[in-house]
Amino acid sequence: MNAKLWRFPGGLHLSGHKTESTRLPTQRARLPKRLTLPLHQHIGAEAKPVVAVGERVLKGQVIARAEGYVSAPVHASSSGTVIAAGDFPVPHPSGLSAPCIVIETDGAEQWCERHPTPDYTAQDPSHLRNLIREAGIVGLGGAGFPSFIKLNPLGKTVDTLILNAAECEPYITCDDMLMRERAAEIIHGIRIMRHALHAAHCIIGIEDNKPEAYAALVRALRELRIDGIQVIQVPTRYPAGGEKQLIHVLTGREVPSNGLPVHIGIVCHNVATAAAVHRAVQLGEPLISRYVTITGPGVPEPRNLEVLLGTPMAELLQQCGADPSSIGHLVMGGPMMGFSVHTSSAPVVKTTNCLLAAEHAPAVQAAMPCIRCGACAEACPANLLPQQLYWHAHAKEFDKAQNYNLFDCIECGCCAAVCPSHIPLVQYYRYAKGEIWTREREKQKADVARARHEFRLARLAQEKAEREARHAQKKAELAGKNAPRETAPH
Amino acid sequence: MLSAILAFTALAAAFGLILGFAAVRFKVEGDPLVDKIDALLPQTQCGQCTYPGCRPYAEAIAKGEADINQCPPGGEAGIIALADLLGRDPKPLNARHGAVKPKMVAVIDEPLCIGCTLCIQACPVDAILGAAKQMHTVIEQECTGCELCVAPCPVDCIRMAPVQQDIRSWKWQAPLEAAGSHA
Repeated sequence: MNAKLWRFPGGLHLSGHKTESTRLPTQRARLPKRLTLPLHQHIGAEAKPVVAVGERVLKGQVIARAEGYVSAPVHASSSGTVIAAGDFPVPHPSGLSAPCIVIETDGAEQWCERHPTPDYTAQDPSHLRNLIREAGIVGLGGAGFPSFIKLNPLGKTVDTLILNAAECEPYITCDDMLMRERAAEIIHGIRIMRHALHAAHCIIGIEDNKPEAYAALVRALRELRIDGIQVIQVPTRYPAGGEKQLIHVLTGREVPSNGLPVHIGIVCHNVATAAAVHRAVQLGEPLISRYVTITGPGVPEPRNLEVLLGTPMAELLQQCGADPSSIGHLVMGGPMMGFSVHTSSAPVVKTTNCLLAAEHAPAVQAAMPCIRCGACAEACPANLLPQQLYWHAHAKEFDKAQNYNLFDCIECGCCAAVCPSHIPLVQYYRYAKGEIWTREREKQKADVARARHEFRLARLAQEKAEREARHAQKKAELAGKNAPRETAPH
Repeated sequence: MLSAILAFTALAAAFGLILGFAAVRFKVEGDPLVDKIDALLPQTQCGQCTYPGCRPYAEAIAKGEADINQCPPGGEAGIIALADLLGRDPKPLNARHGAVKPKMVAVIDEPLCIGCTLCIQACPVDAILGAAKQMHTVIEQECTGCELCVAPCPVDCIRMAPVQQDIRSWKWQAPLEAAGSHA
């Protein structure tokens, strides 16, 4: 409790807006008529469908399997019939549609056969990782990276497992409520993760603006008589919940640029992911639901809901007393790092932690010239030079931006929040990153095209040489036949 | 005086020998500058630069025969990269060679195709599949969008279609700027 803490650079004190959605206990979201399950709800390759239109599926049944190593399967969140497979709107900043499977629910909520493994301690860590992979569990904090990969130490020694319970972004309270209501599930999940990683130490890092959740975790640890898991309160300062920032605050260690926490012996998971791991391993339930915060000025009854994945966002807004047609601005995630969703018919996916609804989009102040005040550099929690990054991104000098460690930017939005000229800095960084990735892809394509072109030229040259050789041979043969006739009269 | 002249002559001869040996021993095959330029070109092989492919254009740039602004598929980014490499000032694309277009891919209207193989012969990267009197099709992944197959088709069954954007290829755009936001 009185553990030594470190301080990450920069950061901001933001008004929390968290009490709005923590007044009411979490409720189950109503079962929707239709569930739209995108095949790509995680980082990595899109899942591959394994059900056909018209097929009846049971709750928890695999409807799309993981394709490749970095991928995650998708499960039916309720029983019903597959009525469509194709492109439907998904929550994505582009507003584009993506491949989904649509299930018409039958209301029976009939489970498929579950295979619980209550005693995980008898299991090999690799078997546990397989169970977690097959349950489709990805990081529920928002990034959606397949969790089984982060539970594989890959021959490195992991000395500390950190559970991220900071939930530093304003408005979002889904982890807070989960900890208050299901602390025991989280603790069980942490023990499974620890078993898989052989981690010596285990810390739950929680911001000090969540005293109820903190008390619930401490109480659960006491009641379950579990030692060796520390719950440490960290000062509330955005973005304390950033992985690298939380690691720094708790251990004083810095994750190297272009490196992963595992390189310094640390693995960091979200608390909601821990609860999902417990359900997957000890109850045999795949990831088919999650806590979602429904809040914002446009929501009369802000609260948390336990939502089946695939539920349309509009139905959740309705359940919280909002009229979806009057919501002009719907954000998935928080006000700092979230993105606006173009239609409330888009479904809740594995990474949907919060829906922030307002009648109108907040007024965007026109960007003014950069005055080189340096406020952004003071606010940056990653020790970057946002001004230089902006300058180079703006001039399309992407390689120079990269030299200023553009890819260490976590897009937290602190720099843009303090910018007196209201320059949309983060958008410049996202733009620059996108351009760099596109150029890399194009370079690879160009290399393939060059190889194919050179091969073609070589092939044509070879064909020409062969043709000439054939002609020469024929000529020689003809000359050979003609020669004796010419000499015959002599 | 004489000793100084002798010393310098000896030094000159010694260095001359070393340089002569190095020139033979470390001889570079080919022109590395051409490779570097070629690596920056988009490999569309479209010939809009008036050279028969990206490598010949790279060779012409290296020799100083061609300018760096003759490649529409490379666009502004390509010109800037070439200018950086060659230590020259970037300049706008020469409009005589065409304009920058969004990425395209050739599409064959397959029922119309008569199987003449003319497009196969025109394709610089072997991205068209087919045989005489058999229907042809474009391997979309390998098509560079050079448009060289469009003109030879006797039944006009090839058209250029913009590459479809999906969630994977989508990227954030640069923020819109108010006028004068950059001093």
